Amino acid sequence: MTIEELNKIKNEYEDLVKVRKVVKEKAEELAKNTGYRKQILVCGGTGCTSSGSKKVLKTLEESLKKYGLDKEILVVRTGCFGLCSLGPIMIVYPEGYFYAQTNPEGVKRIVKEHLRDGVVCRDLLYQETVIDDNTIISLSETNFYKKQLRIALRNCGVIDPENIDEYIATDGYQALYKVLTSMTPDEVIQEVLDSGLRGRGGGGFPTGRKWMFAKASQGDIKYVACNADEGDPGAFMDRSILEGDPQCIIEAMAIAAYAIGAQRGFVYVRAEYPIAVQRLTIALEQARERGFLGENIFGSGFNFDIEIRLGAGAFVCGEETALMTSIEGNRGEPRPRPPFPAVKGLFGKPTVLNNVETYANIAQIILNGSKWYASMGTATSKGTKVFALGGKITNVGLVEIPMGTTLREIIEEIGGGIPNGKKFKAAQTGGPSGGCIPAEHIDTPIDYDSLIAIGSMMGSGGMIILDEDSCMVDIAKFYLEFTVDESCGKCTPCRVGTRRLLEILTKITEGKGEPEDIDKIDELSKHMQCSSLCALGQTAPNPILSTMKFFRQEYIDHIYNKTCAAGVCKSLIRYEIMPEKCKGCTLCARNCPAGAITGTVRNPHVIDTTKCIKCGVCMSNCKFGAIRTV
Amino acid sequence: MADKSLPSFKGTQEQEQKLLAVIEKNKDLPGALLPVLHEAQEIYGYLPIEVQQMVADGLNISLSEVYGVATFYTRFSLNPKGKHQISVCLGTACYVKGSGKILEEVEQMLGIKSGECTPDGLFSIDSCRCVGACGLAPVMTIDENVYGKLTPAEVHKIIADYMEREGGSK
Repeated sequence: MTIEELNKIKNEYEDLVKVRKVVKEKAEELAKNTGYRKQILVCGGTGCTSSGSKKVLKTLEESLKKYGLDKEILVVRTGCFGLCSLGPIMIVYPEGYFYAQTNPEGVKRIVKEHLRDGVVCRDLLYQETVIDDNTIISLSETNFYKKQLRIALRNCGVIDPENIDEYIATDGYQALYKVLTSMTPDEVIQEVLDSGLRGRGGGGFPTGRKWMFAKASQGDIKYVACNADEGDPGAFMDRSILEGDPQCIIEAMAIAAYAIGAQRGFVYVRAEYPIAVQRLTIALEQARERGFLGENIFGSGFNFDIEIRLGAGAFVCGEETALMTSIEGNRGEPRPRPPFPAVKGLFGKPTVLNNVETYANIAQIILNGSKWYASMGTATSKGTKVFALGGKITNVGLVEIPMGTTLREIIEEIGGGIPNGKKFKAAQTGGPSGGCIPAEHIDTPIDYDSLIAIGSMMGSGGMIILDEDSCMVDIAKFYLEFTVDESCGKCTPCRVGTRRLLEILTKITEGKGEPEDIDKIDELSKHMQCSSLCALGQTAPNPILSTMKFFRQEYIDHIYNKTCAAGVCKSLIRYEIMPEKCKGCTLCARNCPAGAITGTVRNPHVIDTTKCIKCGVCMSNCKFGAIRTV
Repeated sequence: MADKSLPSFKGTQEQEQKLLAVIEKNKDLPGALLPVLHEAQEIYGYLPIEVQQMVADGLNISLSEVYGVATFYTRFSLNPKGKHQISVCLGTACYVKGSGKILEEVEQMLGIKSGECTPDGLFSIDSCRCVGACGLAPVMTIDENVYGKLTPAEVHKIIADYMEREGGSK
């Protein structure tokens, strides 16, 4: 591949892809050059696939054929748009109209009414985009998208991830060309260093420094590796990037390899991500065919290729030394550092290991310059961060925001607030290694250092929103259960410490907590933080410490008063029927698996607490809201 | 090691040929054990001790090393799976939306615990950490099908439907 050939492909596909990026009038103008009157983008990410986007896609293609529209309307299956709770998502360009929660029946109507007859199916659009009788706004104008700044996710939901030409159309492989033909390895590293980019996997180590150390290490054989073992439950940034824009990872790994002098790369990806693995496999084949991987890339004499290795469900393998041990074919146990991977990594050779999202920024930094990148964000955290927003929030999905955006903006504006009129209680970031940000810190600007200052951490980007119905002791216990399961067992502080902490928490949630438990947790946590071998054990106490710091009263209620205000901890609650609301419909009594509810038709029922197993079936079945926990 | 309650190993010649081909293809690959175990599990559905022994012989490493790796990773299973594999997501997003109750309901209906298989071999239950469908929380998968935004009552109906289709098992 030469630069002329690259530019030829770019020119050929540029307008086609641009239609999906610009606003209405301009897009309509551009659409004339593409040969397609309209383009329909259907999300093929994991979220939408789970909610049935394959059927939607099939129906769409069949209906277009039926009406003879398949030549003038292009259907593109993209990666994740970010608004996973509204899936399956379908966008019609050049208008940018946003059909949410589509199904085959709706698609048939959209094809007939909108695409054939030109009458938009207003009732099937995402309601926020329908302003009044005359105005429908496009996807990019919604609250969810307006505040976002998409760099790592720039192509997700825009291009077809299985078509390398669409990636080339968005400046794909221009950065690799620039690096190989006009920059020395040192200049590349300096550019990354100057950009201020820090590792997006959670640690926040400056990426350029990592590369500098690996370049300085002696050795003929070096490796670059990509950490796609996204283990934090509730985080799916890396998966979405691999599913939506796999080529940008390949290009960035090639740039990193050139900078440090490596010829081989490994992507370590979770086997639980079949769509991501499949798209990456296709992307690698296409990159090889085009000569972006292989020998003598762009005639520069630089050789590089990438292999995929599948993880097998071990959270600890997200830790860098454990990940490398796992690629080597062993139990994924971490080892002490130093030596750091940059000196002695994979198969004993100097290795650079970066996270997926970190790589997703590289090509843009090279193309637009470090100054451009460093102009975004806060003093110590540059650029943007992708968060997987989940839990009790209206817009569950993927958001990318400039560093320094406040939690309030994320929750209230982008996230659309807390559903069912409930009150925001806390945001959990950093997963099992992180902590909670309570309501009083909702105006904290999000960056690496401000989160650490309030006892949480950036983590890889999981952000779980909790409302007043969440019990903080129970949440801490949930994370401890996770770390107990995932502790690899190599070092004692983590293996035994996590288990003891969980036992204490379990005791507390069962109403058997004792006053001295709080001190015990404190002391044990400190030991674990100092003496565990890897970050898994060192950070395992964080979820407890941060909930104890901000929600101490809940611990005290559980231990001293034996109550759980959120009504979550079973041993501390009982179910009660409010006689004034009960209509005597007998539904609860008929469904109670323990036979604990008695009463006659049209008369208030009563729960026998000695028989009640607290399963909650009565409460979820009651149509009158007559059952509560006390 | 091998649990007495496990059904006896019923590998076929054809499966063995496939496994040997996989071993042959990968034996010079650095760090071959994980890729080989992934494919072996694909072939047999699980990794009984007999299969681990074949892998150990083929890659010229000890059985204890293979066993050590096979038991370290949760994705590798030493027990056979049911005809229908039920997996309840216990990731954070699903958990705060009540997936604990979903798992309880499934366990109660089938009379087995997570990680087990019904004696008739029809159903097995697992819990997993995030299938990435957080927008649909709480989520459960049965084989290839994803069921989202669940309540215990819906779960009851879904499982009952499967049971009925399997001829009123249990």
